[in-house]
Amino acid sequence: MASEGSKRPGFSRRARFGLFAGYVVAITGALIGAGLVIIAIFDPQGFASIRGGVSDVTAPISSTGRGAVQSGGRIDDYIANWWNAGQQNADLRAELEIARRQLIEARATDLENRRLRELVNLIEGETETLATARLVNSSLTSTRRTATLFAGRNQGVMSGQPVRAADGLVGRIIDSGRTASRVLLLTDRSNIVPVKLTRDGTPAFTTGRGDGSVEVRSLEAGRNSFEEGDILVTSGTGGIYPPNVPVAVITRVFGDTALAMPLANPAALDFAIVQPAYEPPVEETETSEDIEPDDSDLAPGFSETP
Amino acid sequence: MTRLHAADENLALVRAQLSLIPSASVVAGSLVCLVPLVAQAPILPPIALMIFLAWRFLRPEIWPIWAGLPFGLFDDLISGSPIGSGMLLWTIILLTLDFAVNRAMWRDYWIDWLAATGALIFYIMADMVLTVLTGGGWVFVPLLPQIAAAILLFPLCLRLCARLDRRRLTL
Repeated sequence: MASEGSKRPGFSRRARFGLFAGYVVAITGALIGAGLVIIAIFDPQGFASIRGGVSDVTAPISSTGRGAVQSGGRIDDYIANWWNAGQQNADLRAELEIARRQLIEARATDLENRRLRELVNLIEGETETLATARLVNSSLTSTRRTATLFAGRNQGVMSGQPVRAADGLVGRIIDSGRTASRVLLLTDRSNIVPVKLTRDGTPAFTTGRGDGSVEVRSLEAGRNSFEEGDILVTSGTGGIYPPNVPVAVITRVFGDTALAMPLANPAALDFAIVQPAYEPPVEETETSEDIEPDDSDLAPGFSETP
Repeated sequence: MTRLHAADENLALVRAQLSLIPSASVVAGSLVCLVPLVAQAPILPPIALMIFLAWRFLRPEIWPIWAGLPFGLFDDLISGSPIGSGMLLWTIILLTLDFAVNRAMWRDYWIDWLAATGALIFYIMADMVLTVLTGGGWVFVPLLPQIAAAILLFPLCLRLCARLDRRRLTL
């Protein structure tokens, strides 16, 4: 078919003016849009209240279907489990044997740990819970990886607080409305988390890759300290994230960087927990000096008793 | 006579409701983002823009040239892109199409699809760049499935809009 050509208004002065006004409005509006983006460039949190208000409105809509989707998501798991039940049973038995042995060892270590900690007057950082809520939806089209949490300022949820689940770290709050807030997931490109290896405490940090995995970079240059299967926990350096929350497990190693999968999968989460932003403790020198023989040997992540 | 008048008014009301179908379908496309799923990657193509473009290709006169402003703003609010990016990008796309249509000598299904492909890739990439500027991070590979889905689903959007258009014009 031939092109329909332009919308020529003919000789009507009024129609011509209407068409012209349309272009003026469109271009002005586009410039206003560009202005809003520029405001956001200089003040990324500038529209937080608008965003919070929108999530207040949309969270109840999404939360009604969330339960159904979650139970639906498990159906394929059930089928897969039936399919290879025998093999899985044998594997799990073997795994359980190993796990039981390790559990006994871990209990012994735990006891010893507690005794030693009492000895040097350390207590673990508080793990207060501000709110426990569902993640109801997420940014499906945008490159930002954010999810909406169905808890807001009414529950004491504020921007900057860490969000975790039983399995591990989920992310942190970036803006909060009255009854809902947005969580910047671990897998977002701009979310950087200071972590350490559970094996030897090597400090590192993770950056999201935007596709469900995170990239791990060591802070110690020139050493290939990662191995496949290594578990990363938060180190608590720099605040926000409390120490010793499981973060991810390393799946592939490329020299001094590695690829890791987050341990908490937000898609499968029932509930997420919001905790107060962690503040690294300030050392009180006069009490701790004579007790601790060596400061550098201390595992980071334990706060000292004031 | 009064009954006839009432029937006339009723008809006008139904016509008014039917004339809202195109706008309602674009808004509904934005609301698809509220599906209760927590995704680890951008998996959903920009459905609102696809429906918007499908209407534009089916009925070139249906959108006033400034129509991208309200729909784009609404889409920004729901989808989590930087506020204002949709207003800017949708209007750029509409203006470009308007300009290109004046130049093109020929138009058919495949050219429409090609134009839509260009517009959708432009939108997804430009939206990523604007997100980077406002505090996000460079992401390219995870966008490829989204771009592919947008291109392949566009004919379906055209079909959907054609069906809605038939509903709109009966009566």
